[in-house]
Amino acid sequence: MKREVVIIGGGPAGLAAAIEAKKDGCDVLLVDENRRAGGQLFKQLHKFFGSRAHRAGVRGIDIGKQLLQETEELGIDFWLNSACIGIFPDKRAAVLRDGKTEIIEAEKLLLCTGGAENPLRFPGWTLPGVMGAGAAQTMANVQRVLPGKRILMIGSGNVGVIVAYQLLQAGADVVGIVEGMPKIGAYGVHAAKIRRAGIPFYLGSTIAEAKGTDHVEKAVIAKFENGQIVKGTEMETDVDVICVAVGLRPLSELAQMAGVQHDFIPEMGGWMPLHNADMETSVPGIYVAGDTAGVEEASTAMDEGRLAAAAAAEALGHLTKEQAEEKKAEIRERLDSLRQGPFGDRRMAAKERIIKKGV
Amino acid sequence: METDTMRVLHHPILGELGQDDYVEIIVDGKKLQAKSGETIAAALMANGIHIHRYTTKKHEPRGVFCGIGQCTDCVMTVNGKPNVRTCITPVEDGMVIETQQGFGKRGTKE
Repeated sequence: MKREVVIIGGGPAGLAAAIEAKKDGCDVLLVDENRRAGGQLFKQLHKFFGSRAHRAGVRGIDIGKQLLQETEELGIDFWLNSACIGIFPDKRAAVLRDGKTEIIEAEKLLLCTGGAENPLRFPGWTLPGVMGAGAAQTMANVQRVLPGKRILMIGSGNVGVIVAYQLLQAGADVVGIVEGMPKIGAYGVHAAKIRRAGIPFYLGSTIAEAKGTDHVEKAVIAKFENGQIVKGTEMETDVDVICVAVGLRPLSELAQMAGVQHDFIPEMGGWMPLHNADMETSVPGIYVAGDTAGVEEASTAMDEGRLAAAAAAEALGHLTKEQAEEKKAEIRERLDSLRQGPFGDRRMAAKERIIKKGV
Repeated sequence: METDTMRVLHHPILGELGQDDYVEIIVDGKKLQAKSGETIAAALMANGIHIHRYTTKKHEPRGVFCGIGQCTDCVMTVNGKPNVRTCITPVEDGMVIETQQGFGKRGTKE
């Protein structure tokens, strides 16, 4: 089967890309291994930041609904329960669907497979009850089942702080947030909610151990200095879940299979596919967007998806050079505005470095 | 029933939990209630079950880690098929779910 634009992953980047590509006149196939699209948007109950164009002030869950509605209205060909299990030469994607593998020849291939949470290794880290913060968030907000009653959060970045608050909203008791650095990592507005709820932050501290036989029963936290646990400062607390929120990394296995050039970019979560200003990789016709192209936020993911889609539409001849340039300039301007401030500056600099490397 | 204590019945943003249909699943030979449409992992969690499998070499328990089908820590034997990612597989009425030992064995549905 031959298709013009094949998008792997129906999260914020993939959905926004599909909508843009379809509007630009491309033949689009969107593939997602889940039974529902939207990626991780449906567990984001908080309001997003950014400008009005980014739907700031709208909850992630509502952005997800809007994107799905738009794909439906545009009649985008959408394969759910379909896992892309490999990329072969000449942009051929192998998709496992209904127990059979179909090979799709893509003229332009866009990889939007997202990111995954980093684990943290400490004694007891494999015990049931130690889980990614995102896993707890999925359970509470999507499945509506609490993973536990007394929860300790490791990591005070946005994910840790937002999920801690959402677990509280769902009815759990959050006993504290542990942070290795001397200060809170999250945006002030999210951290303030935790403060108001009376949840303590343990700064300059880390998890020393998870105790329990078949399940987490206690967490040991301790002071953390120069990368070492300070002996004698250990403190034990009863918990049934320990959430780990220590960053995410790009999921780029498919890009690796396709032979896309990668590099280690610490600000973006580690090993990631390199790309140019059009989100195109070192393999012509293969684009990346969203967390796959460096871990950022859902709002940047959507715009990166649109950027890649507009570039692909131009390359396919659906947009004139002028039309495409105008569109891309607009999107890039929005991306720049999202990469502002003390949190965005690092990501902006990293993205500029990536593009300068050239592919 | 533990189901009622772990389920998020009231939520300030999502509202009240709808009265969905329940289905019956069989976990290690025991009949349990699960909400129609939820994942196996969610149903187990609501029923207070946290061990999904035991590792091959050291026989250590493992449960849910990533919750989005990426890490494969939560795999179990479902309807005789081993290594099913329970965090992204929805329950079905009459589904037979077993705690997996090691890599699991392919069995037959009862």
